[in-house]
Formats: sequence, C-alpha cells, structure tokens
Amino acid sequence: MFVYADNAATTGVSKAALEAMLPYLTEQYGNPSSLYAFGQKAKEAIEQARADVAACLNAEPREIYFTSGGSEADNQAIVSAARNGAKKGKKHLISTKFEHHAVLHTLKRLEKEGFEVTLIDVNADGVVRVEDLEAAIRPDTALVTVMFANNEIGTVQPIAEIGALCREKKIPFHTDAVQAAGHIPLDVKALNVDMLSISGHKFHAPKGVGALYVKKGVLISNLIDGGAQERGKRAGTENVAGIVAMAAALKESVAHMEENTAKIVPMRDRLFEELSKIPHSKINGSLEKHVPGTVNMCFEGIEGESLLLLLDDEGICASSGSACTSGSLDPSHVLLAIGLPHEVAHGSLRLSLSEYNSMEDVEHIIRVVPRVVDYLRNMSPVWDELEKGERPHLI
Amino acid sequence: MALYSEKVMDHFRNPRNMGKLDDADGIGEVGNAKCGDIMRMYIKVDDEGVITDCKFNTFGCGSAIATSSMATELIIGKPIDEALQLSNQAVVEALDGLPVHKIHCSVLAEEAVRAAVKDYYDRKGIAYDPAQFQFHNEEEEHGHTEE
Repeated sequence: MFVYADNAATTGVSKAALEAMLPYLTEQYGNPSSLYAFGQKAKEAIEQARADVAACLNAEPREIYFTSGGSEADNQAIVSAARNGAKKGKKHLISTKFEHHAVLHTLKRLEKEGFEVTLIDVNADGVVRVEDLEAAIRPDTALVTVMFANNEIGTVQPIAEIGALCREKKIPFHTDAVQAAGHIPLDVKALNVDMLSISGHKFHAPKGVGALYVKKGVLISNLIDGGAQERGKRAGTENVAGIVAMAAALKESVAHMEENTAKIVPMRDRLFEELSKIPHSKINGSLEKHVPGTVNMCFEGIEGESLLLLLDDEGICASSGSACTSGSLDPSHVLLAIGLPHEVAHGSLRLSLSEYNSMEDVEHIIRVVPRVVDYLRNMSPVWDELEKGERPHLI
Repeated sequence: MALYSEKVMDHFRNPRNMGKLDDADGIGEVGNAKCGDIMRMYIKVDDEGVITDCKFNTFGCGSAIATSSMATELIIGKPIDEALQLSNQAVVEALDGLPVHKIHCSVLAEEAVRAAVKDYYDRKGIAYDPAQFQFHNEEEEHGHTEE
C-alpha cells in the first residue's frame, strides 16, 4: 500500500490544473511579451489567471505578482519593505521564531546588512500572542511579517488582529500564507494584509510557481532585474503554463474548500485519536485554530529519521522535525519554539493529508505507526531508561 | 540516489545483535539524547580476553542503528585489543559508505565499543591509559543554543 501523507511538503497536480496548463506547453507556447496574436494569447491567459487568483484572495488583479514560488514571494516582500523603511530611517523588522526559513533566512541576511530584527516567541500551543507583537513595535519598525499557518504544526495565527494592529500603527504587514492558501479562506481586505505570499504546489499546482499579493499603494522592489514582465517588478519570461495551472488549482481548491475540509478533518481527527493512544505521545500545536490536514506528534524515546525510514518501508510518506531530517544538528526550530525539549523534538512525526487521501490511508497509518514506534522503543536505550525510571518522562 | 547504501539499509532494517546482555562483562553508553543519538553496547568477554558476544541498544537515526549493528559484527570473536583498534572508518567502509553528515554516527559506534571495554577493565580492575578512552563531547561540538 502506498500512502502519501506529506501534503504540507508538496501535493500532486490536480486534473483541472494539468488540463489547464497543457495547451500552454504545446500549442500555445508563445511568449507573452511578443506582439503577434500567438504571443498575446499567452498574455491573455496570464491576465485571466491573475484575475482568478485575485478573486480567490479578494484582491484586485493588479495587486497580484507571479513569482517562482513561496520563497521568492517571501524574499521579495520582506526585502521590499526593508528597503522602503530604510529610506525613511526605519530599520526594525518584526517576525516570529517559528517562521519558514524563507522568511527567517531573509531576515538574517538583512540583519547582517544593518537591520534590527525582533523575533517574538510563540506560546506552547503554537500561536503568536498579539500583545507580544504590539510590545515589540517601535517607532522605527518597517515591517511585521507573521505566517498565516505554520508549516510543521498547522496552527493558524491571529492574522486579522495583527492586520488591524499594523494598520492602526501604519506598519506594513506581510504574511506567508503558503500553508493556508487553498485550505482556509483568505480575504486580504478583511484581514488588513499589505502583502501575502502563496505557493502553487501546496494546493495541487505544479512546483515552481507562486504569487505575491501587494496592496495597491505599497511599493515593492525587484529581486530579479531584466525585462518589464509583471509590471516591471519581476523580470523573466513568465512561466505561463505554471501560472495558468496555479490559477486553476486555486480556483478549484477555493470552490471545493468546504467539502474538502469536511472530508479531511475526520481523517485527521481519527489520526489524532488513535495515535494519541500511544503512551508518552504528544500532539503539537493547538487544534482550535488549525489547517485541516496537518497532524504533528511526538513520541518519546525514539528518533524521527528512523521512524520515517520504517514508515517508508510500509509505503507511508511522512516527515519529521528531527535533527537528522532537518539537515542541521538541532531539531526543528518550530518544535523548539513551542517549548519542546530537544530530546522530545527529535521524536516528531508530521502527517499531512489532502482531499486525495482516504480513510483507508488513515487506517493503514494507524496500523503501522504504533507498531513501528514500539519496535524503535524496544531498541532505544533512552526508552529503557524512561521505563526504568532512570530518566524522567518529559511527555 | 538513495540517502543510504543498501548495506546501511540492510543493517537498519535487520539489525544484527540488537538487544541486551543480562550477564554482560562490560556496558558502554555514548551520545546524548539532546543531540538525537545514544548508543549502548554490551560485551561478553571470556577468560582469554576474547569478545564472545555483543549486543546493542540505540536511539537514533537510520545510520546510528546501522553503525551500531555493524560494529557488533566487527568485534564479536575478536580479542579485546583488536576490538579497541576498531576505527569509525572501518565501520563506514564495512557499510559501503555513509553520507558526510552521518559520519558522526560511525564515531559514536567506535566510541560505544571503547566505552564497553573501559567498563570491562574497570570491573576487572585492569589498568589502562585513560587517554585511550577520551570521548567526544557531542553537545559541546554541536554548540546547541538554548532558546
């Protein structure tokens, strides 16, 4: 049995997205910047896609800039706001400790260039406290950037409240909505968001395409210089097929959001219910405000990479925040930010579902995970010490 | 290309000598749960000073489990002196290589063997040069940042 349960990493392309994009790879391959009708057809397709994406976010078409993905959109938003602020002598940037690296590493680079960065804590539930954010605001704050939904634990942040606060204080506000778009409703006007990033492949579009919403009147600068594409703000011949596919996928996801959620939530809840029966396990992140598909849990006494390898042998694709899978020596910064001790964070498992999963998939996961956790615990000297009382249980 | 060699995956999926030795003559434990890997090695030594049995318990990633398993195979039947010569490189070679960022797992395996021998020496009152049994401080090397 093959169970793909890593939809927060990437998703399969939907039939609607594939069908929408194919003509722009074959018959309609014109360059949108070309004058002749063959090129203008491609241009029209991009403008239709722009209108469709805008409609899904309650934005105006001219407020949508297509990018190569979420990381580029995050980079462009943050760097633009930093440059705008610097011109007015404002060089302070606020974000949170558990952002995606596309945000954190961009901020780190700006810090080296002389900006001051405040990363606020999140609470143990994985939610930003608006009062902490408010306390961090200074007269020279040039940007607040807070993710919409966390990619590892799925918690949804109080974006509307933060938006209202930033609007009141006249501070530009960006949100990385990569894990939210297509899964929960987004309304840039109601949320008072100035910039918002999305990534196509998180909602069944292909990889390599994303968008940045920029509220009318907010200035952005280029990351890529060259031709006049995207109203001079993003050079390079457009990824026409990808852009068309992303618009189709977003439209489809938004149109079916309620029924998708109604399908995914019971599967997710079943995973939580059954996997929580594993002794000394813990659910990471509050379930109160949560994207539909993400399950993140820790199992004490085991390490995540070996767990993933054994799940892979059983046909299950999942991810973990252990050091060995994060590519660094420390476990996931997200799990540390919500206060998990290192040794617990090493034993994390993220399962992320989409509407393409079935209850059968979930039952397979429920059969396999407890067995694999048990097997690894039997092998683990840490578990041995926990069981003998030589080491205190942390969860 | 897969992350690990077939040999690593074989030792990960079918670990040799996994478990405990209740009547072990030496037990060594190295690593740190905070860093995500701990190895515990049990050895049984006969009157001639030959390792007749060895078992391991490991908390860690795929390569931590595979290197533990391989290390037990490499020292069973060997005289203590020879087991002490086991290098992490020998473990890596026996596994047909490890990714660069996993080499520390083989270092842990080497150290787990030496820690078990040290424990055996301590129990038997056999004199040794402590310099031979200095282990890496993983936590210091990793430079964990408290947040």
